[in-house]
Amino acid sequence: MRSIVRRRKAVNAAVLIAATAATLFALFWLVWILWTTVSQGFAALSPRLLTEMTPPPGADGGLLNAFFGSAVMIGLAVVIGTPIGILAGTYLAEYGRRSKLAETIRFVNDILLSAPSIVIGLFVYELVVRPAGHFSGYAGGLALAIILVPVVVRTSDESLRLVPNQLREAALSLGLPQWKVVTHIVYRSAATGVATGALLGIARISGETAPLLFTALNNQYWTADLASPMANVPVVIFQYAMSPYESWHALAWAGALVVTAFVLALSILVRVLLRPRTYK
Amino acid sequence: MDASVITQPDAPAFRPRRAHAATRGDRAFRWLTAGAAWLVLFVLVAAAASMAWGGRLAFRTFGWDFITGSDWDAVGQRFGALVPIYGTLVSSAIAMLIAVPISLGIAIFLAEVAPRWIRGPIGLAVELLAAIPSIIYGMWGLFVFAPFMANHIEPWLTERLGPLPILGPLFSGPPIGIGMLTAGIILGIMTIPFISSVMRDVFQAVPPALRESAFALGATPWEVVRKVTIPHTRSAVIGAIFLGFGRALGETMAVTFVLGNAHDFSVSLLMPGNSIAAAIANEFTEADSAIYLSALIALGFLLFVVTFIVLAIAKLMLVRVERKAR
Repeated sequence: MRSIVRRRKAVNAAVLIAATAATLFALFWLVWILWTTVSQGFAALSPRLLTEMTPPPGADGGLLNAFFGSAVMIGLAVVIGTPIGILAGTYLAEYGRRSKLAETIRFVNDILLSAPSIVIGLFVYELVVRPAGHFSGYAGGLALAIILVPVVVRTSDESLRLVPNQLREAALSLGLPQWKVVTHIVYRSAATGVATGALLGIARISGETAPLLFTALNNQYWTADLASPMANVPVVIFQYAMSPYESWHALAWAGALVVTAFVLALSILVRVLLRPRTYK
Repeated sequence: MDASVITQPDAPAFRPRRAHAATRGDRAFRWLTAGAAWLVLFVLVAAAASMAWGGRLAFRTFGWDFITGSDWDAVGQRFGALVPIYGTLVSSAIAMLIAVPISLGIAIFLAEVAPRWIRGPIGLAVELLAAIPSIIYGMWGLFVFAPFMANHIEPWLTERLGPLPILGPLFSGPPIGIGMLTAGIILGIMTIPFISSVMRDVFQAVPPALRESAFALGATPWEVVRKVTIPHTRSAVIGAIFLGFGRALGETMAVTFVLGNAHDFSVSLLMPGNSIAAAIANEFTEADSAIYLSALIALGFLLFVVTFIVLAIAKLMLVRVERKAR
């Protein structure tokens, strides 16, 4: 009897120690990867990053055109993707609710949320690049928008559903048409949640590389023309990291540090914003 | 101004018109939102259809050989995708071997070991692993982790496991750091946050009464996890694993850096290999013939279909738990 108890306790202790070790194991990688990025990236940071264009092989330079291109394409994705995502989320939360169609769309949306991003790149290639005959910033922005939409759909659906029904009923009973109830009352009380969705989406697409490889491609020079191939940070990192040149590696690390810091800051901000949930 | 002038004579004629405008606004808004929602469905179908269309040349030319053939010859224009398909499955399997036990450990740690105040920060830190862009994993893998594997881990593996009868061939070959094992480990690290956060959430959703009654009967925390928590959340745990598997299958950039883009088949996990996503990322802009391009798009179609099935299974398993909880 005694020995059984002792054995159970021993097994329990072993499992809990293993669980703790597993957690430390995961955190160990986080620290290692972040440490590498920060130390390598800091060494390569310089003001020229923001004043000079991407250099030819072996030379020094900056990432100005890449930062600009990324910002433009992310902006385009947000402009296209956020309204569509919010409207679709509105349909799910306000009209579709638990209907079969709404559940199907939620199901599909969740799959798109985890679908391989490179496939989205191929899709936009077939849709835009091949008919147009050339790579373009528009195609890159569209590919990013397609990745952004499911994130926004999901968060706006969830945060709209958290708005208590009494609010809707009170507004309807005052004679407000439903669309005004949604746009004036429901949106306002769910604003934080919906905005978080957009931020989460931006965090998601800022580091995306695969869908840009064959939509926006890359461009060594400055361009503000969305109809031409556009430089962007992730693809520049990819090309420079794969190259044999030390100066390109340094630039890649600097870009990596900036992208990682941006994305992590956004992700943490999102969590801080989401914490005080008023409706449950 | 006398208010009655406005309201009295005009009111009967005015009100229906306003009501009409309101229903029109309602209808328009409803259609607008429904259209956006349908767009989500449309993207899924259109993506699949466009890739099937783009890959039709390859599918028609090679038939089943496209999946079962193993020569990938751009010059001779013969394309069989067995090597990338094999690489995708094997690297994802290695990833699961690492990610599943670790994620389960994290979930158990957060549910049974960690004091309440530390749960939030630890959970956040683990989830940050998912926020790091995959290209950063790739760069880190290429410059830091692959050399580490080549210098420290792989020689040891070859020495210890190489001579074994069945496992041996898996761990033979020169330690170059780049290959299936390195890619699988990185994929495993990347999928940990996806699996562990779902597990943590469902573990926390187990009714306290169930756990407490088990504790009251004298069960140890591990016994509560094994006999109450896991049986109660089994389908969600399986769903989480499928979710991670789906993620691992489609992961591109991290793998592209460390797989080596080799189209020769090799049994050893230490040798360079390929995966569907990595092959597309590496070769797409170099594809110089229609059939080459078509073969790569056909690969994308295969990847899309397989990940769709895996993710659909994941979702169905997770929905089942949601229903139960409701």
